[in-house]
Amino acid sequence: MATEPQPKPLSVSADDASDPVTEKILRIIATQKRIPPEQVHLDSSFEQLGLDSLDSVNILFELEGAFDIAISDERARTIRSVQEMVAGVKQLIAQKAGSQ
Amino acid sequence: MADRRVAITGMGMISALGLNLEENWASLKAGRAAIGRITLADVSSMKFQNGAEVRGYNPEAHFQSNQVDFWDRFAQFAVIAAREAMCKAGLKITPDLSEQTAVVTGSCAGGQTTEDIGFVDVYKKGGSRVHPLTIPKTMANAGASCISMEFGIRGPAYTVSTACSSANHAIGQAFWMVRQGLVDLAIAGGSEAPFSFGILKAWEAMRVVSPDTCRPFSRDRKGMVLGEGAAMLVLEPLEAARVRGATIFGELVGFGMTSDAEHITKPSAEGAALAIRHAMRDARIAPQEVGYINAHGTGTPVNDPTETQAIRLALGPHANRVAVSSTKSMHGHGLGAAGALEAVATVLALKRNLLPPTANYNQLDPECDLDVIPNQARTAEVEYALSNSFAFGGLNAVLAFRKA
Repeated sequence: MATEPQPKPLSVSADDASDPVTEKILRIIATQKRIPPEQVHLDSSFEQLGLDSLDSVNILFELEGAFDIAISDERARTIRSVQEMVAGVKQLIAQKAGSQ
Repeated sequence: MADRRVAITGMGMISALGLNLEENWASLKAGRAAIGRITLADVSSMKFQNGAEVRGYNPEAHFQSNQVDFWDRFAQFAVIAAREAMCKAGLKITPDLSEQTAVVTGSCAGGQTTEDIGFVDVYKKGGSRVHPLTIPKTMANAGASCISMEFGIRGPAYTVSTACSSANHAIGQAFWMVRQGLVDLAIAGGSEAPFSFGILKAWEAMRVVSPDTCRPFSRDRKGMVLGEGAAMLVLEPLEAARVRGATIFGELVGFGMTSDAEHITKPSAEGAALAIRHAMRDARIAPQEVGYINAHGTGTPVNDPTETQAIRLALGPHANRVAVSSTKSMHGHGLGAAGALEAVATVLALKRNLLPPTANYNQLDPECDLDVIPNQARTAEVEYALSNSFAFGGLNAVLAFRKA
């Protein structure tokens, strides 16, 4: 599918890093929590990663900056897993693209 | 020397609910929330627009022109509340009493509003200087200093800054000083004025502020609402107060403080419960003697169920019978002033046999299943009450009061 050269090999698994947005989010989570990137998977729950509410707020702050999006408090409260985080960010990126 | 009993012989309060004690009580009694659109800062681009601001405040009506310029709004509020409290106490600070009197105030942000203006001047507007009084206006102890100057008080004066528990820590320490005979009089409370753009942005980033209003213990709660103001109590030995025929608003009977040692923002039910137990032990009362608790009750998703658990842990089966309300639903979260605003609400509730409600309450949350006095004040004669404050940083401070 992707014909352009893949970015530098990452320690996240190929399955998880199926697209650049997901890959970037997984990396941001790993960097912010200071855990090895290979521990962060698309199907990880916050509990599995040891993320509490403050970690979550901190990661959302980084994601807002990295993707130039605004994540509402309401949406933030419902996000309890990496999957939900990725889906939420992608939706906001799409909305932003749509409004431009 | 035996412990002395400690009477509250004066109280003063300025908040979104009113500019003096009786105006505040009228609103508390009516269950009237004073939450509305913030006017002191431009909040048009923010995720929240509402706060509990002091309305109709004219500093020139209270202060000489240089005090208006030299004292931050939070310090002005501290002095206004102290003046009212001292007036109610009917006391003059004589030269003898001067050194035997303490001033202990709480504040979280201090004069950060002044600092914020200075930062805008140098960082944003490209200015090369800030107001020459930026340092003394910003310092968190400005309120205590201004009170000491106002009344010529030369005893111990200082400020406690333990975030949202500041005022309870301040009142608790002043109480112990009077009880142990270290001083014969104390003015204690808290003051806060956090409505500046920079401070509001910091709260916005924490994602704990409600976009509309504050609904403590209600299932549809969305967070806290910031408030401002000050309240001060005058504390003196009960015997001395009786001898001079002072009006006694209530008795301060216990103080407990603990730290969670767990998490910088997430509260622990165990730490809070331990502070409640310490306050009851200090007051020498049993859980079943507590008839009312003025809750910390911030209205955040996390605080209210944790506080419910803490009350259950500390009071056992009596938690099902005790009346609990959060007056933050009306005056907002006064941060470093919160405990003082709530002390006034608690003391007047005991004195006047009327428990203020939890306003804006809509829906039972099974995780907050206490008797939270929804929306309507309740007539009740209660002898002992507690007032909880649980701060970010896991610092807990609980006061116990007795009806006069």
